[in-house]
Amino acid sequence: MSTTTAESTTTARGTDWGRLVRRHGWTVGLAVLFLVMCLYWRSATIRPWGSFDVQSLCIDALPLAFAAMGQAIVIISGGIDLSIGSLMGLVNVLAAKYMVTDLTTVTPRSFQHALVVAVLLIGFGFLAGALTGLIIQVTKVADIIVTLAMLFVWAGAALAVLQVPGGGAPLEFSSLVTTDTVLTKWVPKPLVILLLAYALIWLTIRWRRPGLALYAIGSNRPRAYLSGINVPLTRVMSYALSGTFAALGGLALTAAVATGDPHAGDIYTLNSVAAVVLGGVSLLGGVGGLIGPIMGAFVLTLVKTILVIKGVDQNWAQVIQGTIIVLVVMAGGLAIRQKGKGG
Amino acid sequence: MNAILEAREVAKRYGPVVALRDASLTVEPGEVHALLGANGAGKSTLVKALTGVIRADSGTVTVDGAQPKIGSPAQAARIGLAPVFQDPALLPDLTVAQNLHLTRTPADRVHQRLRAMELDLDFSERAGDVPLPMLRMLDLARALSRDPKLLLLDEITAALPSDLSERVFAVMRDQREHGRSVLFITHRLAEVIATCDRATVLRDGADVGTLVPQEGGEERIVEYMLGPEAAKAEAEAAETDEQRVAVHERGEPVVEVGKLALGNRLLDVSFTLRSGEILGVAALEGQGQDDLFAALSGQRSPDGGSIAVHGRQMRARNPYDAIRAGLVLVPADRVQALLPQRSVGENIAAPRYNRISRWGPINMRAERRRVRRAVDELQIDTRAQRQVRRLSGGNQQKVTIARWLAQGFGALLCFDPTRGIDVGTKRQVYALLRSLGDEGAAILFFSSELAEFPLVCDRVITIFGGRVTGELPGPAADEASLLYAMHGLVSEDEQVA
Amino acid sequence: MSVVPADTERRRVDVRQLLADNPALVLTFVFIAIFVATDIINRHQGQGAFLTTKQVSTTFLYAAILGLIAAGQTLVMLTGGVDLSVATTATTGAFMVSGFGDRGAGLAIAVALAVGLGIGLVNGIGVALFRVNPLIMTLGVSTITLGLLTVYAQTSFTQLVPHFVATLGSARFLTYIPYDLLVWAPIAAIIILGLRYSGIGRMIYAIGDNPEACRLAGVRVWQVQIFVYGTCGMLSALAGVLLVGFNDAADLGIGAPFLLPSVAAVVIGGTSIFGGYGGYGGTILGALILTVLDSLLVILNASAATRQIVYGLIVLALAALYARIIATAE
Repeated sequence: MSTTTAESTTTARGTDWGRLVRRHGWTVGLAVLFLVMCLYWRSATIRPWGSFDVQSLCIDALPLAFAAMGQAIVIISGGIDLSIGSLMGLVNVLAAKYMVTDLTTVTPRSFQHALVVAVLLIGFGFLAGALTGLIIQVTKVADIIVTLAMLFVWAGAALAVLQVPGGGAPLEFSSLVTTDTVLTKWVPKPLVILLLAYALIWLTIRWRRPGLALYAIGSNRPRAYLSGINVPLTRVMSYALSGTFAALGGLALTAAVATGDPHAGDIYTLNSVAAVVLGGVSLLGGVGGLIGPIMGAFVLTLVKTILVIKGVDQNWAQVIQGTIIVLVVMAGGLAIRQKGKGG
Repeated sequence: MNAILEAREVAKRYGPVVALRDASLTVEPGEVHALLGANGAGKSTLVKALTGVIRADSGTVTVDGAQPKIGSPAQAARIGLAPVFQDPALLPDLTVAQNLHLTRTPADRVHQRLRAMELDLDFSERAGDVPLPMLRMLDLARALSRDPKLLLLDEITAALPSDLSERVFAVMRDQREHGRSVLFITHRLAEVIATCDRATVLRDGADVGTLVPQEGGEERIVEYMLGPEAAKAEAEAAETDEQRVAVHERGEPVVEVGKLALGNRLLDVSFTLRSGEILGVAALEGQGQDDLFAALSGQRSPDGGSIAVHGRQMRARNPYDAIRAGLVLVPADRVQALLPQRSVGENIAAPRYNRISRWGPINMRAERRRVRRAVDELQIDTRAQRQVRRLSGGNQQKVTIARWLAQGFGALLCFDPTRGIDVGTKRQVYALLRSLGDEGAAILFFSSELAEFPLVCDRVITIFGGRVTGELPGPAADEASLLYAMHGLVSEDEQVA
Repeated sequence: MSVVPADTERRRVDVRQLLADNPALVLTFVFIAIFVATDIINRHQGQGAFLTTKQVSTTFLYAAILGLIAAGQTLVMLTGGVDLSVATTATTGAFMVSGFGDRGAGLAIAVALAVGLGIGLVNGIGVALFRVNPLIMTLGVSTITLGLLTVYAQTSFTQLVPHFVATLGSARFLTYIPYDLLVWAPIAAIIILGLRYSGIGRMIYAIGDNPEACRLAGVRVWQVQIFVYGTCGMLSALAGVLLVGFNDAADLGIGAPFLLPSVAAVVIGGTSIFGGYGGYGGTILGALILTVLDSLLVILNASAATRQIVYGLIVLALAALYARIIATAE
């Protein structure tokens, strides 16, 4: 018995297909599901289906994709962020308010001004997230309660900025996501922006120590400490990153609809968690990536798009989407239960 | 020449529990030094304090003549102290390569170290998928790749196959040849005699002596580990033996276990527990005793074999089924069994309301009577009865026993019931179990403290490798016989192999 | 040697322990203080006294609705969970009772309670059997319910609030005593006594305190959880009945303002957010405090925005405080 232990670990090198499937099977399955849904979407569209449809799907999906990325980082680190949606709403109204000269005439300011506002808001998102993380770390109150309280703080702040929907954004800012495509008409701008953010923020840290530290604290906090990781700092960082993505999501929302609405972000808290779970990230933390959640966001958006095409009433669409989310989370819960029993 | 490591009067307490009272230790350069002691003697706590995992309350640590600040595992690594724990400090969800990267360990040097031990491992494997023995060797290779002055091995050979253990010993010898040192913790005394230059023995959180293991052999080490109290305890045991033998007539079989198997630890265990009998289960760590108690108490379903209670087959899917059948558990970890924020009375009464038919109004007078009777019988100190977490450990453990007295049971499953409680209360627990036995209760008793078996049990079975390997009458189950039955079988097997 | 510091430490802990053990004393004081402060500010603004029998009566009238929603929330939070669907469930109760109003008040109320129970059971099944995080489960169910309710409101909904329900929700007898107190008071009594003197009450505390210990004691935790979420749904629907009686018309946003206050009332009332500790008595005081605080913020002309932020910060501050008390008392 003892010799087999040593031998079995001396496996041959090369591509381990079994392992690849085990590690990425869910993501591949999700991609297949997405493609099948796209085919159905295409056949269900009565007028000619084309690049325009792809682009509008990307515009719709962009804010949720950002929210899902932020949520995924926090969940991978073993937490949960319920304030993502309302922080998006706050960024949305701040952007819509400060990208116009005044709220009554809604005259947009220059593009440069809008860009400065956008950069400042991304910084604000980072700090707001870091503050949430810091409160969790200092008070030792559960993530879920602190972020729930922050949900109301940001939502209240959004109401203070803008009581009713209003404001706007310069056309050039909106066109960052809405018009034009890159290279060919099949590469929509929102997708490019999404991948750019993914590469700049996530890929730069994913395989380095800061990124690994995020996985480490979500995987096993005592062992992460034994491995020499600064656990409190990493935890704060996970929320700061989540805040950054929430700000990006809020800005994407502003660009897409060119107006501010204090309740615009409300739906994104639950939907981001759903996209993350759909993307194959366990709520237990420590595993998964951001590609899955991004695809999860696209699948959820596509569900809504298809329901609209099929002429399903908007409220029914909400019910169906909500049911799908709950069923997905339930399935995820069952999976955790199985895993717990097996291990 | 300076000692590599000199620890003086290190102490550490967790709330009311004293883990280390006053432990001192000196490790010379080029020495393989064993750290010995019974479970709970403070070995692991001392290693954790030395390597910055926890902060000691008091005491000094001198490394190579200097007194560095060891505030974190990273700092300890920087000054040349490298620990390898029984539970490898690798993150299960990251690949091996990522784990190494995270701790700033060059992968090629780890590879080199592994190759030196004639092992190979694919570093792109998830650490959680690597088998535990291999993971420990990897952790060892990682520690070695930093060329540590002092390697601290905390029970690394426990449940390690013998060929891998041999490679660990080779590493220890190699370390000694290079003038570096090893602090080695193990339960296997044969290993100590074979590999160590000196040994320091801890008892109840303090060092009781340093000896050369080859002089006097295992018996002397065991004597140090048990202390003079053992002699006293033995006398006491002799006294109670007479009583027990006089009173105990073996009764009807209460629990009949046949060929029970669960997972890869518990393979084939059979025994019969009769009314009025206290049956001891003695085993080294990780020999399947956890699984045995988990199966009996309904926490896990066995893979094979049978459990019959009062002649009726039990198929428990959850603890409720086992409790209905009459098997009730007193776990070692009181935190696991208690409602810390609730009162003594509520804790004792809790199992009563585990079925919907009892969800209605409570007959408070009857409940108070039941609770008071149990409290009186067990002499629970109820001065702080509003919240159980404010009770002492011993009283907490009494509450977990009291609840089953109030509820009624077929057989009491005590899994290391005296872990971490003081000597006086321990005696009370022994007396309580004996009197329960005298009144006809059937009790299955596991303890990590061997001295308890002759004090408590009528009969003791030993389990090794998931199988029953021996049976002793209670009075004959002294430490030496048990240690032989447990250690002897292990070391004989392995030395042959 | 170490006896002296340990002793002073114990004394300090005891003060905290006193606060933790008897939140009612502190809370009653806070309630009265805010009431008096409101009175002073109101007089200062030249709007006359606030501390009148009429206003006290009104405070209880308002507080009953929050008190009932927070009752369900207390039960759920005592088990270590949380129910974020209470507001939508209350709205559903309001719609059911006014939608079925033409068939008589009794049937309408029964339908409302049954639907509330149904929503609660769905929550309970998700949390207990599928191990879904309670926050996510109840938030999801809330979304679905609100969608269904919107469809219902737009299609087959004709509103008629039964006279009996309107009386119950807004009228008073003997000049000062609100009828809804007749609903709230007995339910409050049942919950307070039930938590202490019934088997299910014990189990609610027990599974919140240590679910693993409960499992070992043979408790089927899922049964208790489903019971608790079901009860919470029913109590929320009942609150919705009173609410529509008070407003005399149901709209889709009628329950929403009660969501955070329901959590806040429980937390302020001294129930641990991790479960196992607290009770409904504190929650009642929490509901009263929040109701007066609301009046105060209205008198001060605070916006909805400020109110939300203040609520959020209060929840945060108190949760942090209790986390501290628990940490030091150990």
